[in-house]
Amino acid sequence: MIGFRIVKREPLPGWAKVVIPIAAIIVTLILSAIPILIAGGHLWKSYYYLFYGALGTRFNLLETFVKASPLLLTGLAVAFAFRAKFWNIGAEGQLLAGALTATALGVSLGGVPQPLVLPIVIIAGFVAGGIWASIPALLKTKLKVDDVVSTLLLNYVMIHIMGALLFGPLQQPGSSWPRSSAIIKAASYPILLVRSRFHMGILLSFLAVFVIWFINKKTTFGYQSKAVGVNVRAAHFGGINTTAVILWTALISGGLAGLAGVGELCAIQYRLIMDISPGYGYSGIVIAMLGNLHPVGVLFSSLFFSVIIVGAQTMSRMTGVPTYIAEVIQGMALMVMLIFLLFTEYRIRVVRK
Amino acid sequence: MGEMLDIAFISGLIGATMRMATPIIFATLGEILAERSGVLNLGIEGIMLMGAMTGFLITFTSGSIWFGVLAAAFVGSLLGLLMALLAVNLGLSQHVSGLGITLFATGLAMFIYRLHFGSPTVPPIIQPFKQIALPVLSKIPLIGPGLFTQYSLTYIAWMLIPVMSILLYKTKIGLKIRTVGENPVVADTVGVNVTLTRTLCLVAGGALMGVGGSFLTLAHQNMFLIDVIGGRGWVAIAMVIFGNWDPLKGTFGALIFGFLDGLQLRLQGMGIAISFHVFLMIPYLLTIVALIGVSRKAAVPASLLKPYRREEKGG
Repeated sequence: MIGFRIVKREPLPGWAKVVIPIAAIIVTLILSAIPILIAGGHLWKSYYYLFYGALGTRFNLLETFVKASPLLLTGLAVAFAFRAKFWNIGAEGQLLAGALTATALGVSLGGVPQPLVLPIVIIAGFVAGGIWASIPALLKTKLKVDDVVSTLLLNYVMIHIMGALLFGPLQQPGSSWPRSSAIIKAASYPILLVRSRFHMGILLSFLAVFVIWFINKKTTFGYQSKAVGVNVRAAHFGGINTTAVILWTALISGGLAGLAGVGELCAIQYRLIMDISPGYGYSGIVIAMLGNLHPVGVLFSSLFFSVIIVGAQTMSRMTGVPTYIAEVIQGMALMVMLIFLLFTEYRIRVVRK
Repeated sequence: MGEMLDIAFISGLIGATMRMATPIIFATLGEILAERSGVLNLGIEGIMLMGAMTGFLITFTSGSIWFGVLAAAFVGSLLGLLMALLAVNLGLSQHVSGLGITLFATGLAMFIYRLHFGSPTVPPIIQPFKQIALPVLSKIPLIGPGLFTQYSLTYIAWMLIPVMSILLYKTKIGLKIRTVGENPVVADTVGVNVTLTRTLCLVAGGALMGVGGSFLTLAHQNMFLIDVIGGRGWVAIAMVIFGNWDPLKGTFGALIFGFLDGLQLRLQGMGIAISFHVFLMIPYLLTIVALIGVSRKAAVPASLLKPYRREEKGG
């Protein structure tokens, strides 16, 4: 009888780390044909509109960057946390914490000198996301509460905090909808290119890629954070204050997600609404994995997902395939990537029993 | 008159507790089965949503509500099988595989729903389960009407609790499952097929999760909404930890959550001036508080999260 065994293989050369995610993306796009065909979409037309919708015109291309910005930030947030094995599944809640804080300040800082408003909003949004992430980090390090569960549950707590505030103190006067007043002009991100929504926050998210790369590669903290992720006991006996490292990791991770919330508020919506995030925090998990937890990898995978999400709109309009295909593709991409990553470490050996 | 209202309130609250605990009980039992065999299944939230959608869709198209429940169980077990393929056969990270399944299943549920129903302005509805009043028992004063006028799925959930307890602690199969979860090397040595045991636990657990999800669209509500699960899968994960991987204690946690969920609905209905979002928050907050209470003395199955590969033991 012939069977299959999974056995460890020699480390792969560096180029494989680039080739494998690209191969995973190609396989995912091929597999996407299944839901497209089930939905009755014309295959080549669907692929064409998927890419045309995301890259075909100047406006569409810039929209792809607009969409990539929050995905990039939540992707970096998750990647930075996962690298230290802090299982932050709470980027969604941290994003909302950032957006909520930006709203509270954005509607009330009218008396502050104008150039100061935006920096205050950005910093406060970062800190709010960071603090929201530090709660599960404290629960994990001090009380051994599972971080997966606590970060997930806190997402729902934050959604309801937001709901309570949007039906309460933050509600637009006279409105019966759960939405805030518009933020003041000084609190909104400058638009950098005419006839588009290409805003300053996009540049901030690209800057974040560099900053995270720098922290990871060039600082002691980045090294310690990785050491905690590889083996927390060894790191502890090696003299690293693991509690402090996890806490700081959580602060930075949550802060990045908070920035995504600031961007969505101050450049896209200009007022807080309940569905300010269509699940960017959860998409960030897939993006982080597809990017192999590396900041540059996260940059490319967030752009890929942005193409899928933006392009799916046009594809849906032109071919009738529901836009939720973007979510299906995201899920498939993650699983394909996982299987591909497995084969970077293991290979299948055929054995005769 | 005031007393009458109180009795109605208490009786109604007992009924709501039982109802709202039902999906959590199904999901918690399904997750306990998976985790006892050594696999954390974070696909639970997505599996429940697929169960809710499938149950609704099949009931809508076939007109048979039990057919809908069966379909939900079937889809749940298929996703459980997918989880087994990724996390057991391939030995991938359980965290990431499970989250991947949740994301995939969530997208898929929405995709299929839209494909079939389009984007109607009024959501389509089905004829949901009817509550069944058990003879005699439902006539018990105060507690009777609440406890014993329930949906059939609620009764099934309650019957499953002792079944799961006996299965895990009193049968040979249960011993095998627990050994695989505690020490797969020992299990393998005495001839238990680790991969098969874990796969079957994930498949059966997935079926339970699917049915738990379908309760929300076939009994609790009569329509499918995107946020119908609302984190109940994650609550079930928390209940497994809270209940120390024991079906009885886990169910107790599910009951507390059901009570808070039911209380929240009732307080909303009474027109208290606090935003209903504050009430909606309470079950999640208290679940976290409960976890703080138990986490330090948690008895985690020793091989949870650890993939099992024979080769690494030199075999």
